[in-house]
Amino acid sequence: MIAAALVYMIYAGVTQSAVYFVTPSELGSAPVAGKAYRLGGMVERGSLRWEPSTLSLTFALSDGKASVAVRHKGAPPDLFGEGRGAVVEGSWTPEGYFRATHIMAKHSEEYKAPHDTNQASIKELMRTLSGGSR
Amino acid sequence: MIAEVGAGALAVALALAVYGSAAAAVGGRTGRAALVESAQHAALGVFAIVTSCLLLLAWAFLSFDFSVRYVANNTNLGTPFYYRLTAVWGALEGSIVLWAWMLSLYTLIVVVRHRTSARDLYPWVLAVMLGVLAFFLLVMTVPAPVFQRLTPVPADGRGLNPLLEDSGMITHPVALYLGFTGFTVPFAFAIAALVTGRVGDAWITTTRRWTITAWYFLSLGLLIGGWWSYHVLGWGGYWAWDPVENAAFMPWLTGTAFLHSVMIQERRRMLRLWNLALVIMTFSLTLFGTFLTRSGVIASVHAFTQGSIGVFFLSFLGLVLVVALVLLAWRWEALGAQGELDSVVSRESAFLLNNVLLLAATFTVFFGTVFPLLSEAMRGVKVSVGAPFFNQVNVPLFLGLLFLMGIGPLIAWRRASLDNLKRNFLWPIAVGIAAAAVFRLVGVRSMIAVLSLTLTVFVASTITVDLVRATRARLRTGERLPGALGGLLLRHNRRYGGFAVHLGILVVAIGVTGSQAWSVQTETTLRRGESTALAGYRVRFDGLAASEESNHVKVTGTFTVANGHGAPAVLQPAKKFYPQEQSPIAYVDYRLGLREDVYLVLGDFARDGSQATIRLQVNRLVSWIWIGGIILTLGTLLALAPERQRAGAAVA
Repeated sequence: MIAAALVYMIYAGVTQSAVYFVTPSELGSAPVAGKAYRLGGMVERGSLRWEPSTLSLTFALSDGKASVAVRHKGAPPDLFGEGRGAVVEGSWTPEGYFRATHIMAKHSEEYKAPHDTNQASIKELMRTLSGGSR
Repeated sequence: MIAEVGAGALAVALALAVYGSAAAAVGGRTGRAALVESAQHAALGVFAIVTSCLLLLAWAFLSFDFSVRYVANNTNLGTPFYYRLTAVWGALEGSIVLWAWMLSLYTLIVVVRHRTSARDLYPWVLAVMLGVLAFFLLVMTVPAPVFQRLTPVPADGRGLNPLLEDSGMITHPVALYLGFTGFTVPFAFAIAALVTGRVGDAWITTTRRWTITAWYFLSLGLLIGGWWSYHVLGWGGYWAWDPVENAAFMPWLTGTAFLHSVMIQERRRMLRLWNLALVIMTFSLTLFGTFLTRSGVIASVHAFTQGSIGVFFLSFLGLVLVVALVLLAWRWEALGAQGELDSVVSRESAFLLNNVLLLAATFTVFFGTVFPLLSEAMRGVKVSVGAPFFNQVNVPLFLGLLFLMGIGPLIAWRRASLDNLKRNFLWPIAVGIAAAAVFRLVGVRSMIAVLSLTLTVFVASTITVDLVRATRARLRTGERLPGALGGLLLRHNRRYGGFAVHLGILVVAIGVTGSQAWSVQTETTLRRGESTALAGYRVRFDGLAASEESNHVKVTGTFTVANGHGAPAVLQPAKKFYPQEQSPIAYVDYRLGLREDVYLVLGDFARDGSQATIRLQVNRLVSWIWIGGIILTLGTLLALAPERQRAGAAVA
């Protein structure tokens, strides 16, 4: 009896909380509104808009073949940026965009050697912040 | 130099472990004591070599020896002293060294403690311990070599993963691995019992302390992992049903089941087969967890083929399971049940149900964790089940376990009479019902929260009833209260240690329930001088400042938090920019409290420091989880204390 109950609970749990992994082209070809997806792709260059006052974050995720417009409410997480991989969880809306409830930026396990450009931008940050807050 | 010396030494240790394992096994089979003795020397040698290798690696980190690839990959000249030490086990290869070192330490303790006390089982225990150790030394030699020379020697290393620059990194892996490796000892005894055919209760009583110790360290590792997740990762939670967490949680569940089911065997001679199976399962799950988290298989079944370490772990896991199953089949006759279940209303059946629920939870976690792999392998679609799945299925199971925690320790063995039930449970049930009414009256809406808190009160009442009754009995003999209570705890330390551990779990349960039911959060952008309000707190943004640390640049926001009473607190969440990282790492700030934590994360900010986006959370009762961990620690210490029971004294 307990085994049957467990099987039922697991079955119900899976059907209710299954999240499908899709690429932008898979989603683009057959989007189902309301279904939970996990969409993985690259944040397209030039597509990222972040409006701090309204917490509105919009960008396009692409897999090279298709691209999907994504909207999210909340600040961009660490590790998130244009030209980088990201996985978003959410659903497709009838209005024709993907509403993301979670953004999981991809953390690359490989550590890059310090970049000169990276260093320069950090130096610049030091300068603007010191000037700005004092 | 260090790379060659280290690699050579590990190869010698591997040879010694293989020899020791074989010698102990042959010694056990033929009864030649000289062979077992030489296996002991091998165990000592392995311990000495692995210890030296660990020290050698630590030395390489401290002296910035970038000619060792592992050192160059996981540290740089800016890494502070303390984190250069923890970096020793900060990545895959080093973590295996730590693992092997602990295993060799345990093997040595087994030699010292059980050389004479468990004479029949001992050679086989040693053979299994050294065999497992040989496997880990093989992993350190072939798929995950820690001592590998890097040429040309770089001027600076790549640096440690910034997320690992935290004080929790010394305690969390150490505790977790002590737990993981600790289960090797009862497993070795179980295999020894099967090989020698002494499948009675000796192996269980001998390993009682080992099991409790391993279980305790695993619990501690899980709790510290939750704490690390809470205060470093900055997503505001402590548990995410992440595969890495699940990997450690599964052996904890089966280990907990084992801890309880051995009591039935000790008392009623039942469940011999079951207990052997449980300890084999627990050990296998520690291997499976390592396989899961270290092979990259979780990301995708296809990632699995890239590294060979996964193949090693999976093969060894297969070997362990095959050997264990063959042995179980071989001893099937001897494993037949001796005692029988007399009544459904008895302590045995409460413990059995506890085991069933724990295994159901294990299966759920297992299924949910490997589900993406199954669906990808079978249907070609990647489907995952997230936290909602685990919560939905496990919460009823955990509520059931809470209930049994109240019933199990007090209900009578064999067959509980109506009188026994009344005596033990009348008051706790009354208190529980009253508590449920109070929770509803004060406006607890969530049904799960009401149930969980009510059960907590019920279990706490059963413990109180038992303690009060036993203390009264001692008071009647003329003892004073402190003496009576102290004497009781020390004399029946195993029982009351268990109660204290239960109490710790209850406190953890309160923390989990409260934080799930009542935590609130908001995300907003503030200009300098502006405030936002949440749950009675006002948070004002006072400004941003940048500072240069030894290996990163830190942008710190200053926020004043006031809640109407008491002096306002200043919170300083930050973002840390590491040159080797493309993105900043969030640094959370918080004020912990018994009732609630104020938890502040700095999101995005304007480059001139004029505005900042923050996530503000008021997390309820989270501190109870950590307090529960402390109670659990004290309870375990009490349970492990030497038994003070006088010979022939009546057992309660």
